[in-house]
Amino acid sequence: MRIRHNYTALDKIDLQMTPMIDIVFQLNIFFLVTFKIVLPEGDFNIRMPSTASARQVQQSETLPMTVVMKATPSGELADLRLAGRSFGNARDAFARLHQQIRSQVNDAGGPGTAADLEVEIDADYDLNYDNVIRAITAITGYIENGQKHKLIDRVKFTPPKKGEVGE
Amino acid sequence: MRYTKHKMAMAEMDMTPMIDVTFQLIAFFMFVLNFSEVDQDQRINLPASELAQPPEVAYDEPLTIQLTSDEKIYFSGDELTAAQLKSALLREAQLIKSSPKKKVADVTVIIRADKNAKTGKVQEIIQLCQEAEFDTFALRGRTSDVSTLNE
Repeated sequence: MRIRHNYTALDKIDLQMTPMIDIVFQLNIFFLVTFKIVLPEGDFNIRMPSTASARQVQQSETLPMTVVMKATPSGELADLRLAGRSFGNARDAFARLHQQIRSQVNDAGGPGTAADLEVEIDADYDLNYDNVIRAITAITGYIENGQKHKLIDRVKFTPPKKGEVGE
Repeated sequence: MRYTKHKMAMAEMDMTPMIDVTFQLIAFFMFVLNFSEVDQDQRINLPASELAQPPEVAYDEPLTIQLTSDEKIYFSGDELTAAQLKSALLREAQLIKSSPKKKVADVTVIIRADKNAKTGKVQEIIQLCQEAEFDTFALRGRTSDVSTLNE
């Protein structure tokens, strides 16, 4: 019988890497498959009690300004109006609406002091929702030099015009 | 025999760098893995806005209603009709009323509507929520780096 020397036994110690690498690759593939790019999302907060209970709540002193949005049959914007003034349907309609709102808020004493102003959005049923978000963007504020400025916080919708709820 | 063994041992490649890189990859994927965003439905293309910023304080148990461009309504993972949504919302309102700490009006309803959805449909959903006494809404948009006013 041969006697083993210690140093040969040390030489033989060999870590089995294969199972570990297998598991590591499996993990890697799992993460690769479940990976999805999450786009940052944000909210416009709107407090809009139903009209029945809103009547009991104190009414704002000024009447709400109404933003009217007319739609073409395909859902595109046909006309944008604020308090009777038309901004048309050109690409800069929302920018002009924004300027109008901004000057009105400034007349009322600068950003932040227009807390009692309220805007009601009266949009056609078929209008693409994208336009509504752009109108809300134009109404609620702006970002200048990385600073967020608020214009009018209180936005509400008119009730839907056509089609019955629950049909 | 001894000779062959020696030769095979020489053919072993160095696995260390590969394992290093693989572990780095795993660490990366573990960091970017996002469990909290279960509500994001990839079928919905949200309207973009520069003012749509993530909320500073997370909502306390919000309800999320999703509306696709082909007017399908999804609520808590199911596709519902307007009538079903109404009863589901009334049920939720009942549940909230039965707990002493919460008020229905304080619960935020997140509305994730596709940018090509009809505004009237969104208004109908809001009306259904109002009938169930919810009145705090969050209209969700995709955060944009550039101004969306002039597009």
